[in-house]
Amino acid sequence: MRTKNVVGQYGEDLAARYLTAHGFAVLERNWRCELGEIDIVAREGDTLVICEVKTRRGLNYGSPLESITYRKLTTLRKLAGRWLQTHELRPASIRIDVIAVLFDQNTPPSVDHVRGAA
Amino acid sequence: MPLAQTWSVALVGLEGHLVEIEADIAQGLPKTTLIGLPDASLSEARDRVRAALVNSGERFPDRKVTIGLSPATLPKAGSHYDVAIALALLTAAGAVEPDVLRQTAIIGELGLDGRIREVRGALAMTLAAARANFERIVVPELNSGEARLVPGIEVYGVRSLRQVLALLRGTEIPDEAPPRAEPRLLSESLTRVPELDLDDVIGQREGRRAIEAAAAGGHHLLLHGPPGSGKTMLAERLAGLMPDLSTDDSLEVSAVHSLAGLLTSDAELVVRPPFIAPHHTASLSSLVGGGSGMPRPGAISCAHRGILFIDEAPEMHPLTLDTLRQPLESGYIEVHRSAAVAKFPARFMLVLAANPCPCGLSGTNQGLCNCTPQVLARYRQRISGPIKDRLDIQRQILPAARTIADEKPESTAVVATRVKAARERQGHRYRETGWILNSEVPGPVLRRNFPLDIASHELLEDLYSVGRITARGFDRVVRLAWTLADLEGVAQPTVELTHQAFQLRTGEPLTDLSDARPLKGIPT
Repeated sequence: MRTKNVVGQYGEDLAARYLTAHGFAVLERNWRCELGEIDIVAREGDTLVICEVKTRRGLNYGSPLESITYRKLTTLRKLAGRWLQTHELRPASIRIDVIAVLFDQNTPPSVDHVRGAA
Repeated sequence: MPLAQTWSVALVGLEGHLVEIEADIAQGLPKTTLIGLPDASLSEARDRVRAALVNSGERFPDRKVTIGLSPATLPKAGSHYDVAIALALLTAAGAVEPDVLRQTAIIGELGLDGRIREVRGALAMTLAAARANFERIVVPELNSGEARLVPGIEVYGVRSLRQVLALLRGTEIPDEAPPRAEPRLLSESLTRVPELDLDDVIGQREGRRAIEAAAAGGHHLLLHGPPGSGKTMLAERLAGLMPDLSTDDSLEVSAVHSLAGLLTSDAELVVRPPFIAPHHTASLSSLVGGGSGMPRPGAISCAHRGILFIDEAPEMHPLTLDTLRQPLESGYIEVHRSAAVAKFPARFMLVLAANPCPCGLSGTNQGLCNCTPQVLARYRQRISGPIKDRLDIQRQILPAARTIADEKPESTAVVATRVKAARERQGHRYRETGWILNSEVPGPVLRRNFPLDIASHELLEDLYSVGRITARGFDRVVRLAWTLADLEGVAQPTVELTHQAFQLRTGEPLTDLSDARPLKGIPT
């Protein structure tokens, strides 16, 4: 596995643990279809949360949150629809969240959770 | 604290409006919006503030940031909101205590490295903040000189965002390299002529009389004569004859100059009457004020309470020259632009200099004028009747004769003393009317409250009846006669002074009344 994938994988693990610790039920991880991939599908009460995890090893290229573009959000919205088509779950509402994980040298990794990114 | 506000000042003309700057940090992906009618340079504040914050060692919030400038309907222009925006953001992000910026107005443009650059109009902005009862104002260090001229408000001059933050957090204020002053748009030599002394001028008895009377009564002046005869020399020495500005005038003039970018960092109040000499090719809007969006003061407002000198006046576009008519009457100019209407003060003394004809030789003994009558007529029409009519004094300036070079001419100090005394007499006479100078008093008031003696009145009636002066000219001669009387220190214009006033007004050579031709029956 390449370094960047290892980092990404580790970030997603961290994000999943963070969600569980904050009362989310993680339903599925790395769900794939021909449109792309959902990093984490979770549930918070009646709300289905489609979660994108972005991990970076420093701020030299901007914050991880800044890398989520409008195009990426559009893809996430389509993916949410596709996920619902293929699953029996009928949530009261759906939300798209973004979790930024930052590994900076010498400091413990930080997790930044943005609710309702789009 | 996800919401915070700071205060800055918006200028419409010279009038300052306090602007509340709110910063809100909300859930959402990083995005910064700036709302409240910003113009292009203000919209760029987003990027300047972001870079300045990061380069000052602060964090720019990774969230959806909304910056609102209110009142939202007032169009806002310029880059002087940067520092206030940065501080609102940092307060909202919790990096600055919310209470420390209460009662504090903030102005200043940010450099990408966090330096705070100077802004224009700091004096007027500080005045507005002081009037709104703000206790403190943070200004760029280069503007702190002018800001400190305003009484009743504490001024903090700072060089960088780091210094402001240290000030707010009570930590040690870091030292920064001193800021470099921006080049001035109008060079300072335009407003501050080195005080030239009148004793440099040899001869020119009539010219001296003309500028002395102009300085004493605030009369507009036309000097014409061949090239090199000393028109400019005399005009440049006119400002030196005028007394210092009053405190109110001084603050007003300084505010205009601050807005025009004429004040320096070690600014003191402008106390000497300004001398502004736009070139005759000056555009209309550079003269009266203008600019896209937010209006800026022009040359006539910079010359407020001072002198506007236009050399080679007939070469100026007649339409441009004619725009001076309205401010000459009212003492102010209204500039209308898409973003706002601004009213600038413009009570100036107009001094025009002109050649007698395009070749410059007409009416002189230096050579033969080769201008055709048509050329001559056209040249004289370049200064329109309405403008000419407002010039109380017209004087031909001829080259001084070499023979009188031995005579020691009067110095500025001597003449200025007479002018000052004459102005005091006017101030005393008009103390209950609200006018200050003879040139400002309306004709009817002058005729009713301060009538001339019978001999002077008869002289003017005679001149009027033979068509030597117009009805408006009548009043103008009366005003000028009063100025001459004030210079002389007499209670009322004598018939000799009235006669001289008439000659100054019409441009005739100054002669004694007894030498004058019989007036009646000689139409001219």
